[in-house]
Amino acid sequence: MGLSRRDFFKLSASGSLVLASSASPVPAAALEPVPRLPEGMGILYDATVCIGCKACMAVCKEYNYLPPDHHDPSNVWDDPEDLSSKTYNIVKLYTNGAGQVKDQEANGYSYIRRLCMHCVDPSCTSACPVDALHKNPHTGAVLYDKDACLGCRYCQIACPYNVPKFEWDKPFPQIRKCQLCSHLIPQGGYAACCEFCPTGASIYGNVQDLLKEAKRRLSLTTGQMADYPLRRIDSSDKTQRKVTLYNNHIYGAREGGGTQVLMLANVPFNKLGLPLLPAESTADRTETLYHALYKGMIFPYVLFGAVFYLIYKNTSNQDLP
Amino acid sequence: MADESLHMNTKVVTKPFLLLAALAVVAVVLIIYRFMAGLGAVTNLSDGYPWGLWITFDDLVGTAMGCGGFAMAILVYVLNRWEYHPVVRSAILTSVFGYTLASLALFIDIGRYWNGYKIFLPWQVNFSSVLVQVALCVAAYVVVLWIELLPTILEGYPHKVKAVETRRRLTRWLPAIAAVGIMLPTLHQSSLGTLMVIAGYKLSPLWQTSFLPLFFLLSAVAMGFAATVFESILSSVAFKRPFETSMLSKLARVMAWVVAVYLVLRCADLLFRDAPVFTSGFLSVMLILENLFYLVPVLIVVSPSLTSDLRFLFLASCSLLLAGSLYRFNGFLIGFDPGAGWRYFPAVPEILITLGLVAIELMAYLYFVKRFSVLPKAGHA
Repeated sequence: MGLSRRDFFKLSASGSLVLASSASPVPAAALEPVPRLPEGMGILYDATVCIGCKACMAVCKEYNYLPPDHHDPSNVWDDPEDLSSKTYNIVKLYTNGAGQVKDQEANGYSYIRRLCMHCVDPSCTSACPVDALHKNPHTGAVLYDKDACLGCRYCQIACPYNVPKFEWDKPFPQIRKCQLCSHLIPQGGYAACCEFCPTGASIYGNVQDLLKEAKRRLSLTTGQMADYPLRRIDSSDKTQRKVTLYNNHIYGAREGGGTQVLMLANVPFNKLGLPLLPAESTADRTETLYHALYKGMIFPYVLFGAVFYLIYKNTSNQDLP
Repeated sequence: MADESLHMNTKVVTKPFLLLAALAVVAVVLIIYRFMAGLGAVTNLSDGYPWGLWITFDDLVGTAMGCGGFAMAILVYVLNRWEYHPVVRSAILTSVFGYTLASLALFIDIGRYWNGYKIFLPWQVNFSSVLVQVALCVAAYVVVLWIELLPTILEGYPHKVKAVETRRRLTRWLPAIAAVGIMLPTLHQSSLGTLMVIAGYKLSPLWQTSFLPLFFLLSAVAMGFAATVFESILSSVAFKRPFETSMLSKLARVMAWVVAVYLVLRCADLLFRDAPVFTSGFLSVMLILENLFYLVPVLIVVSPSLTSDLRFLFLASCSLLLAGSLYRFNGFLIGFDPGAGWRYFPAVPEILITLGLVAIELMAYLYFVKRFSVLPKAGHA
């Protein structure tokens, strides 16, 4: 049983305001990549199944009590341009050339949903100074606690997907983002975007099961009929559809240490606006570096000790204070 | 110490002082408006560029320029070079205001400032966040700096028994206070660089490296020396006092050594990572410009005749301050690209608030050097 990376910091730094009382003899734990939570919940979005109806956007607003986001000057439509403090979820459209064939890179088009990816090792929670953004230890959903938040916006710097949004127009602002409808779980609910998706393009469930389902879809033969579950991965309600081409890539399986929102599409993901990320999360990179410098707080103490000794020696040889 | 410093016995309220006061008033009005209407009302910050001028200039550049006290303390107390002791006081004074103003700017910048105290609650804090270390060390260092300045203030009251007694007691604690005053900036100036590691691909590879902490630390120390030289020359001009040329030229040599080490490491890192130094368009220009500014003080110091020329010493310090500032702007704003569609240039009220804060800093500096014994006595250098 090794200590996890976060536990190490908690232990070696707990109870100290600056550095004073934080000597920890805890042996250095190797910085292993953060594993997926066994009970982690997530979403599988399949762009080839998506019909762009935006039902997920409408119910997301309803279930999260979000106001319309106007960009048209007539203020008639809820027409967000992108994710914002008023929009946690958006369906975007990729087009190329004639834009006639669905899910085709050249002369085609593709839908793509954007929302919080609920990273396995989130940069935002690593960056957040006060755990206002934190990962639910069971579901792995990245949650926000406004009572802790300082509004420093380091989460926005850290997030590779630019997901956390800030209320710039308010004197008492909050960070806003998708929290995987965690507030619906106590009443037996789940992510509204999946519950109301009419085609099964977005399904909710255990991430391990979703990963298996994604792999199954990639192994299907194009043109054949296959079962696609609706709403939830464990649902008996399925729809039959003809399998179309897939790009052989599960976005979120490895990206930035992995995510709990997984995506399938035929158009390459970087064309759909998703960043190509290395398998190492930037949270891991930062904490590895940080850990190397502050292992057991040895460096600060040695520094202080050496500096103190030299100054003591030097000042005692001087008349000057 | 008392006999190597003196105060400028001149009027505090002068015409330039009133001009600064006007700038400060404008800033205060705008700051009140910011608290009423939100950050969006006075800044051009956005979800793509959540950190802008205030973080980059007031905090990063401001504290780096405020590293004079830190850099001089290393030189005098650790490296035992007491010939530089006369300028320690004025270096600490600049540091006090640089850091105090940076903390104030940070308070204006954070959106949920009423939760700000939570950073001091150990059970609330996420110790794996680099920002926590930065915030706690900066906060602690502001306190340490004021303690370091205290003897100067107490000296202003030679007839009060309590002041004399406190000063005597503080002097005994000097080794500990100075050691903390060196450790804290070492930790947070390096961590300011570490902050950007988590931004990953959003920061251009010209600046994104695991050596960010080392580069930020080295350049902050160099900027500390530069700020000390800069301040010494300017205050000599302003108060018509003799220049401390020989000390400053020695100081410039120390500064150039730090820069030289920095430049070698920086180039080695760029080469080793095979960074697109010449093929990044505008960013390449900024990178080269930044490092040319770094190179100027090194080139000046190579020539002994230039090093003893005050004009070139001033040029060297200005160039280095510019280099370090540009490095911080490049690393946090110019080289930062959150994706297509996002742009940032500070709004006018945003710039006015920064100017106002700088004005407050200068006013406080002027008040202090006129009221208390900060600047070195003539002929002491």
